[in-house]
Amino acid sequence: MAQKAKGRWLVTAIPYAWLLALFLIPFLIVFKISVSQDAIAQPPYTPVFDLAAGWEVFKESFSELSFENYGYVLSWDNEFLEAYGSSLWIAGLSTLMLLAVGYPIAYGMARAPKSIRPTLLMLIILPFWTSFLIRVYAWIGILSPEGLLNQLLTYLGLIDEPLQILATDTAVYIGIVYSYLPFMILPLYAALEKMDETLLEAAADLGCPPFAAFWKITWPLSLPGVFAGCLLCFIPAVGEFVIPDLLGGSDTLMIGKVLWTEFSVNRSWTVSSAVAVLLLMVLVIPIVFYQNIQAREMEGR
Amino acid sequence: MSTGVTETTQKTVGGIRRKFAPWTDPKAVPLIRYQNITKKFGDFTAVENLSLDIYEREFFALLGPSGCGKTTLMRMLAGFEEPTSGQITLAGQDLVGMPPYKRPVNMMFQSYALFPHMTVWENIAFGLKQDKVAKDVTAARVEEMLKLVKLEKFAKRKPHQLSGGQRQRVALARSLAKAPKVLLLDEPLGALDKKLREETQFELMDLQMKLGMTFLIVTHDQEEAMTVADRIAVMNHGKLVQVAPPAVIYEEPNCRYVADFVGDVNILEAKIESVAPGMVSLRSDAADTSLMIAQDVDGKPGDSAWIAVRPEKVRVALDPPEEQGVNCLQGEIWDIGYLGDLSIYHVELSNGTRIKAAKPNMTRMVERPISWDDKVWVSWAPDAGVVLTR
Repeated sequence: MAQKAKGRWLVTAIPYAWLLALFLIPFLIVFKISVSQDAIAQPPYTPVFDLAAGWEVFKESFSELSFENYGYVLSWDNEFLEAYGSSLWIAGLSTLMLLAVGYPIAYGMARAPKSIRPTLLMLIILPFWTSFLIRVYAWIGILSPEGLLNQLLTYLGLIDEPLQILATDTAVYIGIVYSYLPFMILPLYAALEKMDETLLEAAADLGCPPFAAFWKITWPLSLPGVFAGCLLCFIPAVGEFVIPDLLGGSDTLMIGKVLWTEFSVNRSWTVSSAVAVLLLMVLVIPIVFYQNIQAREMEGR
Repeated sequence: MSTGVTETTQKTVGGIRRKFAPWTDPKAVPLIRYQNITKKFGDFTAVENLSLDIYEREFFALLGPSGCGKTTLMRMLAGFEEPTSGQITLAGQDLVGMPPYKRPVNMMFQSYALFPHMTVWENIAFGLKQDKVAKDVTAARVEEMLKLVKLEKFAKRKPHQLSGGQRQRVALARSLAKAPKVLLLDEPLGALDKKLREETQFELMDLQMKLGMTFLIVTHDQEEAMTVADRIAVMNHGKLVQVAPPAVIYEEPNCRYVADFVGDVNILEAKIESVAPGMVSLRSDAADTSLMIAQDVDGKPGDSAWIAVRPEKVRVALDPPEEQGVNCLQGEIWDIGYLGDLSIYHVELSNGTRIKAAKPNMTRMVERPISWDDKVWVSWAPDAGVVLTR
């Protein structure tokens, strides 16, 4: 019995230890940097809590901490708030596009004959076999003025001059929708696949034509999958850096890019840490919201 | 072939029990007509050139083992399957090619198929809302249905908050809400436990009489079919084997398949010896004697036939029957099945043939009057058995 209890304790302790070591502690370090001040030093901020310098110095260090950097980031004079807004907007719009593209694909997969469903699932996750970075680079080759898309459109006689897609927001949307599509399709597929098809027969039997039955039965029952897919795409899309950096233009304002500039160009570790902590706050809210919905869903079962 | 079994059932019409047998009336017009229906799934023929008439106000059961085509036959009426060939009409209207949402029939699904995201009230109102029925009419109808299935208090619950029996009632109420011309019941009681199932069977019959609707039920449970139905169609391999009222199916099966599928039966192989009006004499090697059955048989001496006798019609006793000579065999008790209300005695004849005899346990029984290895007599009256020619 004691042996058993010990085993159970261990099983729960491992994931918690993992989260503590690889999430909570790094987060606290970032948070600490965000309330420090920039300094021309190694590391480039102060105070550095150093016990070797003696207990008094260590205690003194606490008084040097301040939320100044947050005030700086949240001020309208700087571009940060605009970047947060623009990131949320781009991520939100991309998520809607992902839903519009992903839902029919997931629906088609869930209604396909059972024997070919594993193959279809394989095709969805196939892109993961190539590095994400390489796939985004490949889009440069497709979207650039002398790229494959423009060549094709010119060849077909649809355009006279190459379209400027690369280095615009459009390219960022294309990149996000392309890259995140599997994360939208998989939860939707899971939700649609487990739906009992006799429900649709029952709806038809009661006088409901197929299109109406979709909105009255299929759609509401797939909502957990819709929420899961949207969050899985929206959250990483808000902080996306690679796609706007490679495909977006100089005027594409996204918080990931701003953070990177702040960190590597301006070499302000403290401000970039504050940006990161605030971004986390922005994203934690929808996660908590989602958890709440899920908990209610579970309660319902 | 008739030995006087009632070929009709009783129906209460206007408070009076009347004979209900439109199928015996040549002038009666069927409500549902399946005409030369064939349904193929690839190479598999689920239903083969089948014709069947079902009358208004009838409680009709399709009975058969799984895969016999009974569910396919029902789904073709609902519109979920289209026949490969043939015609289905409902009140003279051709149904083939009409989508399910336009057909004036409703179905109660085996899995109930209740919409999990809707309350009981919304589930029942669903069909009425599709027809754009006025809100107050819908509300009144839903209340009426809730009352009918005694679920008034559960209107706001979701299906997962109900017991199996309550869900079954919601499914029934939902399928009845639109007052369809025909209600289709696909194994409606399969998920209920035995006691609840039996109660519900009587409620279904009661409801069907009260509403005056036509019910078509698919079931593999012969007791259920016998209890609820006015007529039963026994199916096998996509064909109708016998279509008749329950008593006829049980007492006068038209072949060994029906005799064996419905109820328990002793079947003895025999050869016809002589045929007289109302009486046939057969020689059975299995029983090692001649047997008499009071029946008109379509056959001549020398033809093979089978004798079917239900166990409850076989007398088993330690003493020989008073009237000796007819259908009287001697054997030894091989095994006894005690069921509480009945005991089934398996009697082995001298040549190894076994005959089952059922005897009601009329008194409390601590020690059995008949026990293992006892020498016993089994006998049955000439009008207890039937001769089957196929």
